[in-house]
Amino acid sequence: MNTRSAPSVEELITAALAGDRRALARLITIVENDGEQARAVLQRLYPHTGRAHIVGITGAPGTGKSTLVNAMAREYRQRGMTVGIIAIDPTSPFSGGALLGDRVRMKDLVGDPGVYIRSMATRGSLGGLARATDDVVLVLDAMGFDRILIETVGVGQAEVDIASSAHTVIVVEAPGLGDDIQAIKAGVLEIADIFVVNKADREGADRTFMALQTMLGLGPRTVRHHGRAMRVDMPEGTHEGWRPPIFKTVATRGEGVPELVDAVEQHRHFLEESGEMARRESERAAHLLDHILRDALMARLLERVPEGNFEATVERVAAREIDPYAAVEHLMHEAALEAE
Amino acid sequence: MASSRKVRVLVAKPGLDGHDRGAKVVARALRDAGFEVIYTGIRQTPEAIAEAALQEDVDVVGLSILSGAHMALVPKIMRLLKEKGLNDVLVLVGGIIPDEDVPKLKALGVKGVFGPGTLTTDIIAFIRRELNLDTEEAPKAA
Repeated sequence: MNTRSAPSVEELITAALAGDRRALARLITIVENDGEQARAVLQRLYPHTGRAHIVGITGAPGTGKSTLVNAMAREYRQRGMTVGIIAIDPTSPFSGGALLGDRVRMKDLVGDPGVYIRSMATRGSLGGLARATDDVVLVLDAMGFDRILIETVGVGQAEVDIASSAHTVIVVEAPGLGDDIQAIKAGVLEIADIFVVNKADREGADRTFMALQTMLGLGPRTVRHHGRAMRVDMPEGTHEGWRPPIFKTVATRGEGVPELVDAVEQHRHFLEESGEMARRESERAAHLLDHILRDALMARLLERVPEGNFEATVERVAAREIDPYAAVEHLMHEAALEAE
Repeated sequence: MASSRKVRVLVAKPGLDGHDRGAKVVARALRDAGFEVIYTGIRQTPEAIAEAALQEDVDVVGLSILSGAHMALVPKIMRLLKEKGLNDVLVLVGGIIPDEDVPKLKALGVKGVFGPGTLTTDIIAFIRRELNLDTEEAPKAA
């Protein structure tokens, strides 16, 4: 529904690379809305990417992720680095609309030309990120932002997509959200490179801190896995030498934030020196390919299935006339995609 | 899997009054109408609003003003939006706006002014009409 007079993709890219923020904003919209143009943009920008350090900030709702991102971005600015921020909130499964409210906590950053904030809705993605997060990261990376901070939706226990999208993952906890058994469950806690106990001025902060410390002391040092097949044959001890540190912060006052940013930078050095960065980069590439390939295959399949057949098949599954596996066989057959 | 353009709306409260109930009600209604609403909260400067509209590449900017300062704030915001190249963004003002100021706001480029008692469905219908949504693939209505 774009009624605007549209400059060409090429014009937008040239303008954006020259620092035009309006052009950058429109490129992100194109990429987020997918389609032919999105592919053209990403193909053209990919050679410019690979310089930014990508930091994921995740944690339960209300732990203070937005405020922490605001404080971290300010700290990076003081260190002379530019920051791109992607702030994600959920899309309503009912209306398809979304209320994106992370900017409310990021007022300090507005008007700083070294910071760019973009709010994204998940648009059906369930892993804590928006569907096009990785693509928008590529755009910001190509534009030369030194650090890209991705704030996930408020997560529960198993939304771990951020682990394959970021170089460094910060898991934010706050006092009073659960007893110490929460700390030893699988999922979000396992993907942390750095832990933060935010709102550390509140009662119970020490207990949360200790629960995390105990959890880290119990397990093997190498607790970052993504449920991806490629991780399975990784030699044990790849992360030897990096034990996730735990920091206390009061993000509203900036307390503990310089130390946290120091730790992110240390982690970056660790990744580079240990060879882990190269491995994470191939993991990110695999993830990206996987994602693009799935979408492309799905689009190709739907193109080849006769109009209305997909919807009809869905209804037949819902009515228990056929099972979903037979339905998939049927659709593959329709699209002439079944195995030889 | 068709590419889908989502309508993005910035809801902002410029100026010093802290009465954000109306802005929140409207933001929620727009969300339920299938729009992506970027809510920036109270006490936003005109510069912050224009910059947020730019970064978020919104189709619509909704300003909620109950302080009476609309004739000071809106011209500034309109000027900044233009300076940033956002000439084609649909700007709406809601709040307590005296009748005699409505034509003045419209002369500045504000497309719709919504006073107390406005139904949220009217605001949604207005946006859909202005953006020609009903002729194309449209988000589901609440």
